[in-house]
Amino acid sequence: MPRNTVYLDHAATAPLRPSALAAVTEQLARGGNPSSLHRPGRAARAVVEQAREEIAAALGADPVEVVLTSGGTEADNLAVQGLYRHRRAADPRRRRVLVSSVEHAAVAETAEWLAAHEGAEAVWLPVDAHGRVEPEAVREELARDPGSVALLSVMWANNEVGTVQPVAELAALAEEFGVPFHCDAVQAFGSLPVDAHLPGLTTLAVSAHKLGGPVGAGALVVGRTVGLEPVQHGGGQERKVRSGTLDAAAIAGFGVAAREAAAERQDESARLAALRDRLVDGVRRAVPGAVLRGPEDREHAGTRLPGNAHFTFPGCEGDSLLFLLDGAGIASSTGSACHAGVPRPSSVLLAMGLDETTARGAQRFSLGRTSTAEDVDALLAALPEVHERALRAGLSGAALR
Amino acid sequence: MSGGVDSAVAAARAVDAGHEVTGVHLALSRTPGTLRTGSRGCCTIEDSRDAWRAADLLGIPYYVWDFSERFQADVVDDFVAEYAAGRTPNPCLRCNEKIKFAALLEKALALGFDAVCTGHYAKVVDGAGGGRELHRAADWAKDQSYVLGVLTAEQLEHVLLPLAETPSKAEVRAEAARRGLSVAQKPDSHDICFIPDGDTRGWLAERIELAEGEIKDVEGNVLGTHPGANAFTVGQRKGLRIGTPAPDGKPRFVLEIRPKTNEVVVGPEAMLAVDELRGIRPTWAGRPVPEAAELLRDGRAAGEASLSFPVLAQVRAHGDPVPARALLELVEGPDGPDGAPAPELVVRLDEPMRGVAPGQSLVLYQGTRVLGQATIDRAHSLARPDVAASR
Repeated sequence: MPRNTVYLDHAATAPLRPSALAAVTEQLARGGNPSSLHRPGRAARAVVEQAREEIAAALGADPVEVVLTSGGTEADNLAVQGLYRHRRAADPRRRRVLVSSVEHAAVAETAEWLAAHEGAEAVWLPVDAHGRVEPEAVREELARDPGSVALLSVMWANNEVGTVQPVAELAALAEEFGVPFHCDAVQAFGSLPVDAHLPGLTTLAVSAHKLGGPVGAGALVVGRTVGLEPVQHGGGQERKVRSGTLDAAAIAGFGVAAREAAAERQDESARLAALRDRLVDGVRRAVPGAVLRGPEDREHAGTRLPGNAHFTFPGCEGDSLLFLLDGAGIASSTGSACHAGVPRPSSVLLAMGLDETTARGAQRFSLGRTSTAEDVDALLAALPEVHERALRAGLSGAALR
Repeated sequence: MSGGVDSAVAAARAVDAGHEVTGVHLALSRTPGTLRTGSRGCCTIEDSRDAWRAADLLGIPYYVWDFSERFQADVVDDFVAEYAAGRTPNPCLRCNEKIKFAALLEKALALGFDAVCTGHYAKVVDGAGGGRELHRAADWAKDQSYVLGVLTAEQLEHVLLPLAETPSKAEVRAEAARRGLSVAQKPDSHDICFIPDGDTRGWLAERIELAEGEIKDVEGNVLGTHPGANAFTVGQRKGLRIGTPAPDGKPRFVLEIRPKTNEVVVGPEAMLAVDELRGIRPTWAGRPVPEAAELLRDGRAAGEASLSFPVLAQVRAHGDPVPARALLELVEGPDGPDGAPAPELVVRLDEPMRGVAPGQSLVLYQGTRVLGQATIDRAHSLARPDVAASR
């Protein structure tokens, strides 16, 4: 990305770590298929296994539990589809897929797809005004008819508003009712103490490029005894759960990034949280009407991703804010994925109880490893004029004359 | 940038001219199709990607702006409502009036832009008496000044049309190819963008309640039945399915739609000829002509009329302009603010015109200059003694 860009979109993708870049290019040049038995194959395999160990260590998992994938979306698909099919094959009554209403599309759309094509019933678990899943509601859904539940899926932390979910409680509930629990930890990994061996946790999805690794590598942690049907069939790599030649170069970069992120995590999270608070205070000063969405971390430590700040700006279109900030050299996000290039009000914000008009004024600023106080100050310097202009442009798409 | 070759080349020329250009693709549907089918020139994700790629090659930023709700309300719903009222609207013109040079322009100005630049074939020039004027494009075959006839003086201040002087579309394609734009050979778009298969009648049938009604001749004799008057257009010949032939053996045409009584009036082609048109809600593309300016300036009483002025009248995007004399008349009506008299356009044609339907835009020219337009409310037929000039 251009050097003069103030990059406040680390949640979308983090800048590649130079060490990860070196590992990737080194392995790309080396080549070899990790499944081959000869010397070049063995060399590639050694790189993959080294990385697997580093990823496992960063997640508190055993290396054998780490199933390498092409990224977070594939890991989520493998978990949700794989668990669903395995559970239903064993007992056709298990149709209900319990999913939080703030999941990333990789989980939410997969649940929808299973509902549309494989007889699943997607049950959307409610969240409170801060986007937090209510464990009591989950208990109710589980207790209603435990024998009909195929799986429970709740993310570790939300990608839009940064809300950290009560994962330990939810995992314990799942265990209590004998239901597998998948957790999408794509945003949490690298920022929070993610523990793949949390009691009750069945599968855990992570991605390399959110922590400074390359795009195109991810993993699903799958315990030794977990029953999971493969989604991708072929040569039987990765415990026959995920066939396909391993991308040794991307995996090498993932390993390096995971190791470094884990080593820096505590200091870095504290630094980012302080920087984030500076950003939040500054935005509130610049635009008193702006509303922070998601929990106030300062009041309840550990309830929000340290690098995440998410606001709604009344009377503005998130689109306009993004455009104007981009023009000022600042990269931010409306937080939600575009649907077919058409920005839609975020389903996460709607699930939190916001109306469509309010939800359209969303803007997410996400900090990471390369973020500095200067970045935050650049945003705060540009914001007053940006906000004034966006306000003038108004909700032009929404408002009917 | 629609994803077509015209807007891509227009953007390229604006960049060359030294403007700071940002590509904007209008999302006009909430549920766009994935791939282009047939000759659709907009609205699919493929089109959005084509526009994006062109912006990349030009080195300009690119955004998708969502005007789907406005488009639905101001263009699509309006289109349906007009047909339901027995009129024949032009949705492209409505889109220019309400979306491209209104909603989009307003948002752009608020965000700090100076103008909207499009790939329309028409010309905006500085007028002799100040202000700007809209003119036909150099290439009359591609001229799109008709669908821009709704633009006002204020809007014209913020319009950039770099294709104005282009001698032909082939030239634009050749330029796109020279510039390495992948859309150089993309087919032209036809028809109405929100009716993908081009079957306007079928599309309308799903949205307008159609009830069987009578087909009559101008004397009031019942000739047959039709499946619903609102699905017909004045000038239409096909699909009438009248059993008995006309006395003279010649084909019959739709002369009039009567939505209130659900009747379709048919007659010989000669009766399609009209010699006087009346348009409501006139707008001026720049300064009004001097003959009309005085009437428009201050409050006048109903019944007063302006001096007449010579014009060329055109009622379709690629229709032939017909010499005529026009004047404004103040009439009592619901259109005027607070019940004040509102101007109506009266156009007396030097030679008759055929197939004029209420709802069409009547665009007036002097030479190549677009004076303005009004929506046709009614027309007077020479050969139909049953219909007076004013209903």
